[in-house]
Order: sequence, then structure tokens, then C-alpha cells
Amino acid sequence: MTVTSVEASPQTAIGASPPAEGRSPWAEAWTVFRRNLSALFGLVLLFAIVSFVLLGPLIYHVDPFEIVQAPHQPPGSEDVPLGSDYLGRDILAGLIQGGRPTLLVGGLAAAISVLIGVTIGAVSGYFGGRVDAMLGRVVEFFQVLPSLLFTMVIISLFGPSLLVVASAIGVVAWPGMARLTRAEFLRISKLDYVRSSRSAGASHLRLILATILPNALPPIIVSATLAAGSAILFEAGLSFLGLGDRNSVSWGLMIGTSRPYLREAWWTVTLPGTAIFLTVLAISLVGDGLNDAFNPRLRSR
Amino acid sequence: MPLIREIVGRFLLALILIASVAALNFMLLHAAPGDIVETIVGEMGGATEETVRELRHQFGLDRPFVEQFFLYIGRTLTGDLGISAYYNRPVADLILDRVPATVLLVFTSLAIALGLGVILGVISARFSRSWFAAVVNVVALLGFSAPVFWSGLLLLLMFAIIVPLVPTSGMYDVAADLSGWAFAVDVLHHLILPATTLALIYLALYTRLTRASMLEVMNSDYVRTARAKGLHEGKVLFKHGLRNALMPVVTMAGLQLSGMLAGAVLVETVFTWPGLGLLAYDAISRRDNQLILGILVASAVLVIVGTILTDLLYRLIDPRVGARS
Repeated sequence: MTVTSVEASPQTAIGASPPAEGRSPWAEAWTVFRRNLSALFGLVLLFAIVSFVLLGPLIYHVDPFEIVQAPHQPPGSEDVPLGSDYLGRDILAGLIQGGRPTLLVGGLAAAISVLIGVTIGAVSGYFGGRVDAMLGRVVEFFQVLPSLLFTMVIISLFGPSLLVVASAIGVVAWPGMARLTRAEFLRISKLDYVRSSRSAGASHLRLILATILPNALPPIIVSATLAAGSAILFEAGLSFLGLGDRNSVSWGLMIGTSRPYLREAWWTVTLPGTAIFLTVLAISLVGDGLNDAFNPRLRSR
Repeated sequence: MPLIREIVGRFLLALILIASVAALNFMLLHAAPGDIVETIVGEMGGATEETVRELRHQFGLDRPFVEQFFLYIGRTLTGDLGISAYYNRPVADLILDRVPATVLLVFTSLAIALGLGVILGVISARFSRSWFAAVVNVVALLGFSAPVFWSGLLLLLMFAIIVPLVPTSGMYDVAADLSGWAFAVDVLHHLILPATTLALIYLALYTRLTRASMLEVMNSDYVRTARAKGLHEGKVLFKHGLRNALMPVVTMAGLQLSGMLAGAVLVETVFTWPGLGLLAYDAISRRDNQLILGILVASAVLVIVGTILTDLLYRLIDPRVGARS
């Protein structure tokens, strides 16, 4: 299979040369980000959702598993501000408690995939040659492995604990990150400042971690943000299929269990879905904003 | 003949990839607690020592580990995926029954997403600073952010329940007993909603990608040359522009096959579309490990075949290939 290095992910040239006014590229990126309305909106939305999930349980003391009303009460009914589900459980309580596993698994899975992807991509791009060719085969293997089915297999064999689910998602999600990191390392290791550092006798580890990685970071950060979004969607999909931890509520699980009652009670499906949608949207907006901020080619627009 | 050598090489690589999936399956089965005999015995409600030993022998579990490993891979490569514990039928047969439905769903969605995406992308590149381009960007973001099973349920609510235009589930009307043309129309009627749901994720993405790629290509020297020659603008746009701009889009589509299959699993579950995804969902709820592992191998084969097809498509589009021959 042809490996073509066309990336949909961000393209960068930052770090190749020092910024003109002598400010750090990070400060410059922040200046651009701050002016980007949709990115700021995403950041605020993300902050609001995280606070809702973290602080909600401290303010709203309703057990999401407890039956508090008659089944299928519409939003606005007594005791259940956002309605009740097919058993009469409070939807608002479910939304508050159900966000935690979603965000936790999504974040953890993204971290795992970034760790694997950056390591493999960095080694591959830095050493090149036979190492690169070999790791390229590994990446190719994970690219043909059907990701969702593979996680389904792992979870059905090893049980749906939080750690298993997060690792399963992380293990299948890294190839994109590896390809991106590899391309960045290939490009940067040819630059003069890396060569001079190498001829000054820097070790491989030092060159990879201290010399090249900092300049490869911007596109990696953008891609990691988007990876968190995909990981959350992935977790939601697994919970929807009933493959998440069934002892705690999650947004995906709420949709999965309420699905048969779509006709009678639309809110039981619509509201948790909106929560997932808004979370991923917020993350995507931030990611898009970071991409613009880090991408000097777009700055002139 | 370089072509023959390449085809053979491609085929060998595909075999190696499938063998790797089989190896992974084998290791997972062994790392997981319990084995197939324990599952069967558990389902029988216990068995004598004698029966257990006989079963272990029957499944080859009493052979050396390395031998089991190579036997498993050999069997997988020859299409023997074991017996489903629930259906008591060969896994390969069960899978073959379901493959057409999944291929139909994925292929239709891909055609919708690519076809419409490219058209919209060209339009939005042609008028890049208009409101249209902005709308495309917003829709792309929405399409990416909405969980596919949720957007599927919303479409189901709107177009099958509130306004009953299309059926809510299944692939054809079981009661109607249709055949020939009427059957095809019936399947198409059932296909509209699942295919649209799956296409929605990728439609906006391909639109955005086509747009970005078109903008880059249309600024290149050879397009300027073509224009300077006085070629008709439509010819420049499609022959010089689009043909080159399509290549990253096709590459992307090839890379996303595995993701598309993931989407198909969820969409099939939502619409009870009788494909591999629904079979996998059922297999997991029935703890049918042989079946689910078989589906994993079969899906990997589908992705590999799809990748080879996109590669061929890529060669057809690539203008440099035509120039060489």
C-alpha cells in the first residue's frame, strides 16, 4: 500500500526561524488565539462543561440511579428539571454524573495515544532508514485494524473497566499522531541548528527530546486536542453499545438504554447526545483555533 | 513485468497483514481469562473430566503452544474461522451472509460523501471568500462533533417517526416478499437513512479538504500556464485543477476506511441494518468470542481490499501516471 505523506492535519513551519520581534512563538500564538472569536467561544464552552461535570455533583445531590419520578416525565416536570427516563430516573443527575467517565476515559485515551504516537513517530523520523521502514509496517498494521471492532474485542475479553476501555481506545488511535510526528521529525532533523547540535556531540536522546521535540510541538498539540475529541466520541460509542462500565452512568450509556423509547420520550436520547456534541464541538473549536494560531501561513489572512 | 511483480507483492503484503491480525487474535485469546472449552462447559452446565479432555483435544488445546499458534494462523488464512458457539455454524458462513449489507452501506455512504463533498468543495473554492465557504466550515465542524449514533437517532426521529418518510429499521420489508426490481427499490428505501447518517460525518470533511486542496492547486504555476495559454476556464478548473486536487482527498478516504467501518458498526446498530457491525454487536452480547474474532479478521480483510481499491483509484486520477505510459 502506498504511503503518501499527505496530511489533513496541521502544517507548520513554526520554530524553523525565530520570530521577528523577538517574542516567543507561544506568546505570538496566544495573541492570535485571543483574537479568534470561535476559538475563545470553544474555550469558554469547554470550561463550562468541565465545571458542570466537576462541580455539579457538589451542588445537585440526586443519585442518577435512583427512581425519583414516574417514567418519561417531560423536561420541566416537578422534581426533574430535565425530565425522567424509562425507569423514572432524573436525567439532569445523569448528565452531571455521566460526564465524568466520558471526560476521564476520553482524556486518558488521548494521552495514551499521544504518548505512543509521538514516541513511535519521533523514533521513526529521527533514525529513518531501516527503523523507519519497520515502524512504518507497524503503523500500517494498525491502520488496517478496524479500530472500533478491535476495542470491542478487547473489552469483551478483558471486561469493561475504565482502564481497559481507555487503553483499548489509546492503542488503536495513535497511527495518525505517529505519521504527523514522523513528518515533523524528518523535516526538523535536517535543519542547520539540529546539525550543529549533533556535531557538538549531543546524544540521540538529547537531540530528540530537547532539540527537535520542542519545535515539533505545535502541530502535535493541535493534533492531540483533536485526538481528545475523537477519543470522547469513541468512548461514547462504546458506552452506547453497552461496552462501557455499566456500574456508572455515562452519556453514551444513557443514549443506549433510552434508545428503545425514542418515540415516547425524545429528551432521554437528545439531551445526553447534546452533552457529547457540545463537548466535542468545544474541543474542535479550540483545536481549530490552535491550528490557526500556530500556523504562520494562515496568519496573513 | 513490473505490474505482475507489484500485484504479487501487494497480495503477499495483504496476506502478512491478515496473518498479523490472526496472530494478534491468538495472543488476545490466550491472554484473556478462560478458553473456549471452559465457555462450552459453562454453557453445558458442567462436564466430566473425560469430556473436558476430549473437548480440549478436539479444539487442539492439548498441543504445544507454538503448534497451536501456527495452526490458528494457517486456518485463518485458509478461511477457517472456527465455529460460532451461539449459532453452532461456521463463523465464515455467518460472516459471508452479512458482508454484502455492510459493503453496500459503506460504499453508498462513501459515494455520497465523496461525490457531494467534491462538488461542494469545488464550488466553495471557486467562491472562497463567500458565505458559502463559511457555511461549509461550520457544517464540517458540526458533522465531526456529533456522535454518529446520536445523529442517526435524531434523523430516525425526524424522518421515520415524526414524518414517516422512510422505514425505521432493517434492510428490506420481510413481510412483503418482494423480488427483482421491487426488492432493489425496497432496499434502497431502507438504505437512505443509514447511508445519509454515515455520509454526514465525512461529507463536510471531504468538502473542506477538496476546498483547501483546490485553493492550493489553483494557485500553482501550471494552472497559471494553462490559463495563460487561453484555455477555457472550465477545462482549467476540472482538468488541471480538480484532477490534481482530488489526490489528497482520495488518500484521506483510503486512510479513513477503518474509521468508516467503525461508524458503520454504530449506524448498523441504530438502524438494525443486518451487516457485520450488527453481527459483532450480537456476538458480544452473547459472549461468542470465536465469532467476534472472526469478524475482526474479516473487517481487516475488507479494509485491506478497500485500501487496494483506493490505491488503484489514485493511480487512475494521478495525471503523472497517464503521462508515463
